[in-house]
Amino acid sequence: MENIKNLNSQMIVTGAALAALAIFGLMNGISPVLLFASIIAAAQPLMFAAIGEMVVEKSGVLNLGVEGMMIIGAVAGFATAVSTTSPLLGVVAAALAGAALAMIFGILTQVLLANQVATGLALTLFGLGLAALVGQPFSGIKPPDFPEVDLIFLSDAPIIGPLFFGHDLMVYFGLILVTLTWAFLTFTRTGLTLRAVGEDHDAAHALGYNVIAIRLAAIAFGGAMAGMGGAYLSLIRVPQWSEGMTAGAGWIALAIVVFGTWRPWRVMLGAYLFGGVTILQLNMQAASITPLWLIVLGLFLAAVQVTVNSLRNPGPVDRWMVGLWAVTVAMGSIAQTYPISIPTQYLSMAPYLATILVLVVMSADKLRTNLNAPAALGRVFQRSN
Amino acid sequence: MSELLDIRGLTKAYPGVQANSAISFSLKRGEIHALLGENGAGKSTLVKTIYGLVKPDLGQMFIDGTQFEPANPQAARAAGVAMVFQHFSLFDALTVAENITLGMANPPPRRDLAQRIRDVANAYGLPLDPERRVGTLSVGERQRVEIVRCLLQSPRILIMDEPTSVLTPQEVATLFQTLRQLRAEGVGILYISHKLEEIRTLCDTATILRNGRKVAECTPAEQTAHQLAEMMIGIELERPLPRLFTPGETLLTLRDLSIATEDPFGTDLREVNLQLHAGEVLGIAGVAGNGQDELMLAISGETKATRSQIVFETTQIGHLAPAERRLRGLLTAPEERLGHAAAGEMSLADNAFLTGRKRQRLDWKGFIKPISTANFARAIVKRFDVRTPGVEASARSLSGGNLQKFVIGREILQRPKVLVVNQPTWGVDAHAAATIRTALRDLAASGTGIIVISQDLDELREISDTISVIAAGRLSTPARNGSLTNEEIGLMMGGPKEEAAHAHA
Amino acid sequence: MLTLEPHRAGPVKQLFTPVWAILATMLAGGLLFLLLGKNPVEAIRIIFVDPLFDPFSRSELFIKAAPLAIIATGLSFGFRAGVWNIGAEGQFILGAICGGAVGLAFYGVEGVYVLPLMALAGMAGGFAWAMIPALLRTRFNANEILVSLMLVYVATLLLSALVSGPLRDPDGFNFPESRQFHDSATLPILIERTRIHIGIPIAFLISVGAWLILQRHVFGFHIKLMGAAPRAAHFAGVSTNRMVVLCLGISGALAGLAGVFEAAGPVGQLVPSLPTGYGFTAIIVAFLGRLQPLGILFASFVLALTIIGGETAQFSLQIPAAAISVFQGMLLFFLLAFDIFTRFRIRRGVAGVA
Repeated sequence: MENIKNLNSQMIVTGAALAALAIFGLMNGISPVLLFASIIAAAQPLMFAAIGEMVVEKSGVLNLGVEGMMIIGAVAGFATAVSTTSPLLGVVAAALAGAALAMIFGILTQVLLANQVATGLALTLFGLGLAALVGQPFSGIKPPDFPEVDLIFLSDAPIIGPLFFGHDLMVYFGLILVTLTWAFLTFTRTGLTLRAVGEDHDAAHALGYNVIAIRLAAIAFGGAMAGMGGAYLSLIRVPQWSEGMTAGAGWIALAIVVFGTWRPWRVMLGAYLFGGVTILQLNMQAASITPLWLIVLGLFLAAVQVTVNSLRNPGPVDRWMVGLWAVTVAMGSIAQTYPISIPTQYLSMAPYLATILVLVVMSADKLRTNLNAPAALGRVFQRSN
Repeated sequence: MSELLDIRGLTKAYPGVQANSAISFSLKRGEIHALLGENGAGKSTLVKTIYGLVKPDLGQMFIDGTQFEPANPQAARAAGVAMVFQHFSLFDALTVAENITLGMANPPPRRDLAQRIRDVANAYGLPLDPERRVGTLSVGERQRVEIVRCLLQSPRILIMDEPTSVLTPQEVATLFQTLRQLRAEGVGILYISHKLEEIRTLCDTATILRNGRKVAECTPAEQTAHQLAEMMIGIELERPLPRLFTPGETLLTLRDLSIATEDPFGTDLREVNLQLHAGEVLGIAGVAGNGQDELMLAISGETKATRSQIVFETTQIGHLAPAERRLRGLLTAPEERLGHAAAGEMSLADNAFLTGRKRQRLDWKGFIKPISTANFARAIVKRFDVRTPGVEASARSLSGGNLQKFVIGREILQRPKVLVVNQPTWGVDAHAAATIRTALRDLAASGTGIIVISQDLDELREISDTISVIAAGRLSTPARNGSLTNEEIGLMMGGPKEEAAHAHA
Repeated sequence: MLTLEPHRAGPVKQLFTPVWAILATMLAGGLLFLLLGKNPVEAIRIIFVDPLFDPFSRSELFIKAAPLAIIATGLSFGFRAGVWNIGAEGQFILGAICGGAVGLAFYGVEGVYVLPLMALAGMAGGFAWAMIPALLRTRFNANEILVSLMLVYVATLLLSALVSGPLRDPDGFNFPESRQFHDSATLPILIERTRIHIGIPIAFLISVGAWLILQRHVFGFHIKLMGAAPRAAHFAGVSTNRMVVLCLGISGALAGLAGVFEAAGPVGQLVPSLPTGYGFTAIIVAFLGRLQPLGILFASFVLALTIIGGETAQFSLQIPAAAISVFQGMLLFFLLAFDIFTRFRIRRGVAGVA
C-alpha cells in the first residue's frame, strides 16, 4: 500500500501497459523481449521530440510546430545521409534544420510578439509543405545503414542482450540526453533560470535575466531535438522517406509532455507508453486479433489509474473504480468469446485515441497539473524598461 | 569623506511624461533615507535608475565618490546595491533557496546556501525554511525571502519599495527592527513610502518628490504628518466627514460560506458569516492573500456557492451567475482594473456594456444598442471626471486613477443596492482616491450597503462604519469603526495561525 | 535601440496587413521558385494572376472558396475567444460521412427534403465530432488543440474504413468508394456549364449572419471579451465552459456543413481522398481575414486562388503539389510578423513604464 503511494501515476500506467503487452506477446507466441526491443525503437522519435518540447515549455513557450520541425528533420536527415552516405551527418543536419525552423517560430513569437498558437500551427503547415517539396527526389531510396553498437558478448546474451544492448547509437544517445536534460534542469543555474523564466517572465526580467535570449535558446534546442526525432524515423525506424511520414508523431509528442507533467523521466516513460501502443497495434494488425482487446487495454489502464488515485486519497472506495473494473472484465470476456474482426483502419486509430485518453486522464486532476505546468506557458512577454 | 550614494541631476522622460527632472540628493552610511511622494511622483523611476533597470537621460550617480552607471541590475548588485520590490520578484513554484539563488550574482553551492540562509535569517530575526515552495508562504514570509536574498549579498545600499503596504502592524515592527539593525551596521537604506507615520518613526532624512521633481528635504521626525502630507501633495485635500450611521434593513447575508479555492496558491474560505445593512459601509481589513479575492469572487458569483449560503434581501442567490446577481442589484468592482474589472484592449463603451448591460438595458433581445451604451459610458466619464479623449478610447490608454474612477463609477451609476469593492484606491493618485471615497460615502448615504475590502487600514478607518478582519479565509465579527485599536486589528490580521507560531517561538 | 509601444492601429492600417503579407509571400515564393530553377515571374503569374482571367478557373475559385469561407467563419468564433479548434478537417470529414450516409440511405428517393436532411445530418456530424474535444475540455480539462487534432487522424481512418465497408458501392468492384449520389442528393448547379452550386450563396449568407452576431450581438461581444480578457469575461458572467461548447459546436457544425457540400457538390460521392486539407487551410483563411467575417470572404478567395493556381502550376511548371502548402505557411508567417505593426508602434530609443 505505502509503496503504491510513492510511485507516480506515469510509472504505474506505463508499467501496467508493458505488462499487458508482455502477456499479449506470450499468448500469441511473440517473444516479449523482441516486443520490448521494438518498443524502444518506436518510442525513440517521440522521446527526442517530447524532451525537446518539454524544455521549451519549461521556459514558458508553447511551440505547436513540433510536427513541422520533426518532418523537416526527417527530410533533412535523410537527404544529407543519402548524399554524404553518412547517417551521423544526417542526424546533425536534421538537428540543425529543426533548430533553424524553430528559430522562425522563435523570432516571430519572441521578437515580433506573435501569438504562439497561430505561429506554431503555421510552422507545422509550412514544415509539412517544405519537407514534401525538398523530399520529392528522395522517395523510394534506401538510406545508408545506421551503425549499430555491437558489444559482442553482451548483445548475444539471452534476454538482456536484445533488451539492453545491440540497439543503434541513437537509443543510447537519447538516454544520455534525457539524463542530461534532467540534470540541467535540476542542478544547474542556467536550468534554474530557465524554469524561473517559465514561471514568471516579468519577475525574471526584473532580476536582470534576458528572458528572450533564454527562450530563444530553449526554442532552438526543442527544434534540434524534434529534428533528430524526425531523422530517427526516416533513417532508422522506417527507414525511408515518404511525404507526411511523421503522421501526427509531433502532436503525440506534445501530449506526452502533458502526460509526463513536465518532468524528464516521466516524459520518457510516456514515450515508451506510446511506443508500446504503436507496437501492440501493429502486431495485432499482423496477427489479425480482435481490436476489442485494445478497448480492454484502454479500460484496464484507466481502471489502474483510478485505483491508484483512490488508494492515494483516503475515503470511501470510488464508485468509478468498481464500475471501471467491472466494465474491463466484461469487455475482456466479450473479446475472448466473440473475437469479431474489423478493418485495420480501426486498429490504426489506436495511437490517436490513446493520446486523447492520456490527455483526459492526466489533465483531470486540475490542481496537480497546475502545480507542475510552467505558469507563464504560452503568455506573451513584452519587455518594459 | 564622500557620501555613500550621491545623485546629481537625474532626469528621465517617457513619451508624454517627465518622470524625473533634475533630482539630486545623497544617502549617507548608516542612514535610513525616505523617498516620499504619491503615486506617479517619480519614486519608482528614480530607484529603478539606481538599480540599473532604467537608464537616465541626464545626470550622474556616484558611490563612494566613484561614478556609477549600472547597465543592468547585475552591475548594480555588483556595486553593492540591493532592492526589495513592492511586487515581489519571486517564483511561486520554486523553493526559497532556488529563489534566492536566482537573485545572486555568485551563489554558493546548494548545501552551503541553505546554511547561510539560516544563518542570516537567524541573525536578523527572519526565520525561513530554505526548502519550502514560495507559493505556500504568507506575504510577510515572502518579503522575508526578498530581504534575506538582499542581505546575503552584504549590500551597502538597500532599497525598500513600499515594504509595509502588505504587512500587519506586528510584521511592520519586526521589519523596522531589522532595518535599524542594518543601519547600525552602516548600511544606507532608501525607504520608499507614502505612509507618513512610518516615515516619521523610522527615517532619518526624507526627500520629497512631486510630479517628478524634488520639492523638499527634511528631517521627518521634526515635521508633523500633516506638514509632510502638504509637501507631498501640494494642496489641501478634502476629507469625507464622519457621519452618523443607523443600520437599515439587512441587504446581504453570508451564512457559513466555505469555498475551496481554485488557485493552487490561494486561500480557502472557511465558514464566513456576514450581514450587511442598508446604508452601511463595512470595511474588511486583512493582509493580501488571506481570502479577499476568494470572498470577492464568491459574492460576485464568479465562483458558485450553495444556494443558501448567500442571501440577497430575502432571496437565496448562492447558485446564481454574476449577471443575474447584477440584475437584482448586487454589484461588484474587483481589485485588478485591467484584465478583470475591465478589458484593456476594448473601448470604454464596450467596458461600460460589460457590467451595465442588464441593469441599464443596453441590449434589445441580445442585440447591443450602441447609442445607449455610448451614452452610459459618457455619463460615467462626465460624472466621475474621467480624463479620456472619448468613450472609444481603449481602457488600457487610461491612467490607473482614471480607469479606477471609470470602473467604480460604472457600478455606482447603476444605483446598486449592494456594492462590493476590493482595493478601491490601490495605486491611484490622491485626487482620484479622494473622489472615489467621497462617491462611496455618498452612495451609502443614499441607502446602499457597501463592502470595502482593503489592505489600507487608514482608508478603512476613514470611510467605514463597521470593520471586520479577514485572516486565513476566516472573517471576524464586525465591530464599530473606532471601537478597536490598530494594534487589535493588527493582531486579528495575523490570524490564529500566526499567534500560535509566536507562542512557540 | 527599438522599442514597442502598445497601440491600436486604425481600421485602414489593419486592413492592409494582409495585403502586405500577400505581397511578401509572392516575393518570397518567387525566390523559392528561383531556387527550384523555375522562372519566378511566370510562376507567380500562373498561381496568382492567371486563374482570375480564365473563365473556368474563375468559377472554380468560387467552388474552392465556399468551403474555406464556411469553415473559417466557424473557426473565427473560437479563435476570437481563445478556443483553438484545429480539427476542422476532422469535423469536415464527419459532416461528409453523416450527410453522405443520409444521401445514400435515401438512394433513389426523389424529393426536395433529401438535401436539407443531408445538410442537417452533416452539421450534426461535425457538431458531434467537435463536442468530443469540447466536453473533454470542460469536463476533464483536456487540451482542445491536441484532442481536436487527434480526431482528424481518427476521422480520416473512419472515412477510409466506411467507404471500404458499409458505405461501399455495391456495384463498384470493391473499390473503396461509395455510390454516386443521385440527383436529389446532389447540390443543384446555379450557373450552367460551371460547377457553381447552391453552397456558394449559402456561404455568403453564413458570412453575413456571422457578421451580425459577432458585431452586434451579446454573444459576439462575449466572445471578444473572452479572447481579450478571460477574467473580465468571467466577471461579466460569461461561463467559460458554455463558450467552449458553443464555439466548438458552431465551428464543428459549419465544418460539417462544408463537408457535406463538398461530398454532395463537386465530388458527388464519398471517397477516401475527399478531405484535401480545407480544414487546415481554413485556419490560414481565418487569420488572413483578421477573424472578421467579411475579411474571411476575401481571404477565402486568396487561398482558393493559390489552390487553383497551384494545381495549374503542377502541370505547367512541374512544381510539386506541396509547394502550395509552403506558400500558405509563408503567408501565415508574414501575416503574423506584420501584425506587430498594427498592435504596436515602433519607436526609436528606449520607451517604458514609470
